[in-house]
Amino acid sequence: MNRLFTTTSLTGGVALGLLAQAGVAHAGSNMPQMDFSNPLNGSQVVWLVIILVVLYLILSRWALPGVGAVLADRSQRIQRDLDAAHAAKVEADAAVAELHAAIKSARDEANAEVARATEAAKAAAAQQAAELSAKLDAQLEKAEAEIAAARTQALTAIRPIAAETAGLLMTRLTGQALDETKLHQGIQDALAARGLA
Amino acid sequence: MAGPSIDALGQFRLTSGLGPIGHAVNFTNSNEMMLLSVGLIVVAFGLALRTRALVPGRMQSLVETLYEFVHGMCVDTIGEEGRKFFPLVFTLFIFILLGNLLGLFPYFFAFTSGIVVTLAMALFVFLFSTAVGFYIHGFKFLKFFVPAGVPGWMLPMLVPIEIISYLSRPVSLSVRLFANMTAGHVMLEVFAGFMILLTASLGVFGVVASIIPLGLNIALMGLELLVACLQAYVFAILTCLYLHDAVHMH
Repeated sequence: MNRLFTTTSLTGGVALGLLAQAGVAHAGSNMPQMDFSNPLNGSQVVWLVIILVVLYLILSRWALPGVGAVLADRSQRIQRDLDAAHAAKVEADAAVAELHAAIKSARDEANAEVARATEAAKAAAAQQAAELSAKLDAQLEKAEAEIAAARTQALTAIRPIAAETAGLLMTRLTGQALDETKLHQGIQDALAARGLA
Repeated sequence: MAGPSIDALGQFRLTSGLGPIGHAVNFTNSNEMMLLSVGLIVVAFGLALRTRALVPGRMQSLVETLYEFVHGMCVDTIGEEGRKFFPLVFTLFIFILLGNLLGLFPYFFAFTSGIVVTLAMALFVFLFSTAVGFYIHGFKFLKFFVPAGVPGWMLPMLVPIEIISYLSRPVSLSVRLFANMTAGHVMLEVFAGFMILLTASLGVFGVVASIIPLGLNIALMGLELLVACLQAYVFAILTCLYLHDAVHMH
């Protein structure tokens, strides 16, 4: 493409030079641009061609590839950074998911632990209550037995006192000695009638 | 600008440049401006490529924007093959752009207002794109002048039209740039000269009245800045279109 460019530009320059020479015949126009009798009008084209070829070589060999490389570098860098950011985001998402899973499992574990502890506490409390009530029952029974014994003892103590008192009363009232057997029988009957014998 | 008349065309007069050496080789003032353009381009690229920063500075941004603009234009218009022609299109674009813009400075010669200069570039584009067409397609490139899907009896009429329109490409390409630049500079000169005429003939009142052409010239300068960029763009995009035709033949 470069050779094509050079060939064409040189051909164009020569053609224009010839055209400018041919235009000498048309001299006399009052526009300086159309004044082809001025040799400068043709020569500026020759210099134009030279300057343009130089500019083309400078731009195509040095300037434009340089800028193109800078732009390519930048877009590569941006792409790389975007990729890195994307990878980091994926990683972060994974970490967040992992964290959520860990929190969930920890919560489940804790809930299970709490349930277990509650269960154990309940069982212990129930057992304690059962023990306590058994102990209380035993104490109650013992107390009742003691009361019953005390009562019985008291009743047995009542009998001779009653017999003595009754004998004394009967003696004082009647003034005669009493039949011990009848007295005992009467007391026995009275106690039995009151449900105390 | 001596005397009471406006010499609007004098600004296009070629003189020899670069002193006696330039005079000896017929180096002209327009060539001086071309050299200045090339110098500015080289300096701009030099500054841009000095840092090669990841985050570009001002000059680097400017050069990169121009690069991507022209590169996009080439690839969009010509297709993937446009990459090969990118340096060529960029050369023409930046050269014409700087020529147009530099020409707007007072006392600077606008080399794109010379018909031989624009015709030289247009002829080059024409010859080059034709050469590319023959280079890629061989003699099948002549089929380009036979529109597809047209009844056979119309061809004797259409083929000459196609050929004429193809041959008129360098003319329209060169005259468009030349005429735009010349017209703009003539207008600027006419309004500026009018201010001098007013001042010379009407005295103090003329000085005050000169505000009108001055305002017009300011507005015109804005328009000319637009035209300068637009015409460089038009030249480059048409070059791309012609190359597209040469590469794809439709």
